[in-house]
Amino acid sequence: MPHRTFIYFILPSLLSMILLIAVPVFSVIVQSFFVEHEQVLIEVENCNPFKCVKSLSVDQQAGAKLRQEAPLGRFNGINTYTNRNHLAFDEVALAWMESKSLVDFGAKLLNLPFYKALLFTLTYTFIVSPFVLIFGLAIALGVNGLPKFVKGPSIFVSLLPMIVTPLIGSLILFWMIDAKGILGATLQLIFDDNNLSLKASMPLTWVMLIVYGIWHSTPFAFIVLYAGLQTVPQETLEAASIDGATRWERIRHVAVPHMVPLIIFITLMQLMDNFRVFEPIVGFSASAKATSLSWIIFNDLHGDSKLFGSAAASSIMTIIGVMILLMPVLIRSWKNFNIKLH
Amino acid sequence: MKKIKILPLVFAGIIIMGSSAFAKCGINSGKISVLANDFPALHAVVSTAEECAGGGVTFSKNHTAKHNEISVPALTANPAQYSVKIVANSSIVPLLNNDLIRPLNDLVAKYGQHLKKNQLITVDGKIMAIAFMANAQHLFVRKDILDQVGHDIPKTYEEVLAACKAIRDAGIMQYPFAMLSKPDWNLGEEFVNMYLGHGGVFFKPGTAEPAVNNKKGVATLKMLKALTSYSNPDFLTFNSATVAPIWEAGNLALAELWGSTGGQILDAKGSTEKITSNTLLVSAPRVGGGNIPASSLWWDGFTIARNISEKDAEASFRAMLHGISDEMVKKNNDKSVWLMDAYVPGKAAAGVFATASGGSQPYPMLPYMGILHMASSKELPDFLQGNESAEQTLADIEAAYISGAKEKGFL
Repeated sequence: MPHRTFIYFILPSLLSMILLIAVPVFSVIVQSFFVEHEQVLIEVENCNPFKCVKSLSVDQQAGAKLRQEAPLGRFNGINTYTNRNHLAFDEVALAWMESKSLVDFGAKLLNLPFYKALLFTLTYTFIVSPFVLIFGLAIALGVNGLPKFVKGPSIFVSLLPMIVTPLIGSLILFWMIDAKGILGATLQLIFDDNNLSLKASMPLTWVMLIVYGIWHSTPFAFIVLYAGLQTVPQETLEAASIDGATRWERIRHVAVPHMVPLIIFITLMQLMDNFRVFEPIVGFSASAKATSLSWIIFNDLHGDSKLFGSAAASSIMTIIGVMILLMPVLIRSWKNFNIKLH
Repeated sequence: MKKIKILPLVFAGIIIMGSSAFAKCGINSGKISVLANDFPALHAVVSTAEECAGGGVTFSKNHTAKHNEISVPALTANPAQYSVKIVANSSIVPLLNNDLIRPLNDLVAKYGQHLKKNQLITVDGKIMAIAFMANAQHLFVRKDILDQVGHDIPKTYEEVLAACKAIRDAGIMQYPFAMLSKPDWNLGEEFVNMYLGHGGVFFKPGTAEPAVNNKKGVATLKMLKALTSYSNPDFLTFNSATVAPIWEAGNLALAELWGSTGGQILDAKGSTEKITSNTLLVSAPRVGGGNIPASSLWWDGFTIARNISEKDAEASFRAMLHGISDEMVKKNNDKSVWLMDAYVPGKAAAGVFATASGGSQPYPMLPYMGILHMASSKELPDFLQGNESAEQTLADIEAAYISGAKEKGFL
């Protein structure tokens, strides 16, 4: 293909990628390096239905002039990244010097919002992703073995958790696991403990969020792997049977190796998705026990004072986090790709 | 044929509507659009203002709990997306900081001579909003249960703790108390209330530097923790929507809730006669030997966007005046604690009234208060769950605030 034709060929996708991916990401990166102008504060007398008080207020004219001169705000370099609400370099260094033991240091580290969120985010990602793969495969194999007339309905039912909007799904479950809800009350009955509350204890909240995550994402792995199972060569399977391979051996040595590209694909998607865990934390009102990087971004943009620079910095760090997570998988597929080429 | 018959009717209708709008609000043209929070009292005001629609007056409204998320961008647009924004103490601050609402002195002079002085919210002498209702968090009590354990209605939080203990010891309820302790915005409000009750000051005078890490701060945190020990272990998920049904189900004896929740709790829906008739709305308790109720006073009022035409501003102002007219108050007396003269305080208003007359402080209308509020919401759960000391939590609140305030340019 001549170069010119090639360029025209990819131009539409290139343009949309620039517009929809590169430009927004670039603008967020720029935003993360800036903070708002220094506010000019003046003392004024404010009156409300209850009384008059002297208090500080923002001088709007001075502020408007500053904003007009430099709409982006003040350049702050990477200071937003290193402040206490993010990587907290100063606080971490201080904690390191003051700590008597590693445990002590760990406790101090987890008192910082970013590291606290990172711990939950990583735990969630590394527990949910493998379970989603395993359960997805198990369900796919199960459904594949069913007689034809029940296959359709069972595929539909297995997909349901994914069809439910994450926020709605978690809200529904939030009320079901309430001490007076059907799941919460049942658990109390099973464990014979009237004070058992999934919402009150931190470990149980984490377990609940993780179980929810697995429940919600398994259908995705299932449907991809089920599609993959349809392409496993029947001849090889039959040959393996004739050679005396058990069902487990056929899965282990024929079906799974055949589906490795799919498994890599699911792993990639799951690592990315789970690292961005957010909806269940809001839906389950769990922010007191578990926070994630995405939740930090949400929290910065919430309320009367929105911290745009802060949110931008957290977003960039989330992207970097995803890149680090995906690195091993990407390197592996790159190597495979090269082997196939040569 | 049919069309021809209908047309005159339509015209007649428009003329009648137009003239009635003119009679009611005195306006005959202009574009009015209102952005407001979503609760019954505001629906009453905005729907009454909507009666001004018709003729040359177009009216649109948007009631949403997410009003604060969209208000700044919507009013920054020129012309602004909304001509009226209904605000409270805290939500007016971003609009003031960005210079998005206009002073109302001229309009008040022309049309608002009947407004009471305490309805005029002034900043540096300029009227920026017209307040029409008040709200505050205060104590809700179940008289029958207090009688059972022989306690009077608590006047202080120390008495609240004693009453809770008595109720627990008597085996009536394991968790008799609730407050709005969900760490989104609610928990920060509890901190603000309790700290004000202790006579605390949030910032070093004349600066935006935080000053909550002190004895009063520690006492505030200890009291919050003592109270939550009588609250269901799920307390970190409690907001108004969660607590009101628990109260209505009869599973609470004492609670610190918004006055505006009173209507819902006292009505016949979702509860029994025994519970509603024994529910009393009383002043927020004092705390730690302080002499004012530990609560902050809130007002709701309307503002007029800056980026709209003079004609629309005038129409919007006059329509909103109709919205808060005596006529509206008479029809919706029990929906809120109205500031207008026509208001007759009912049972649902008793708590807010007592709290305000007890001398409690208005919520600070400072440009950087929102940052401290969110910082305390975010850091308090660590203390309430027993993970760290009160001093550490207060230090964390200050540190989180400083990072945010630096980014916003206040420090």
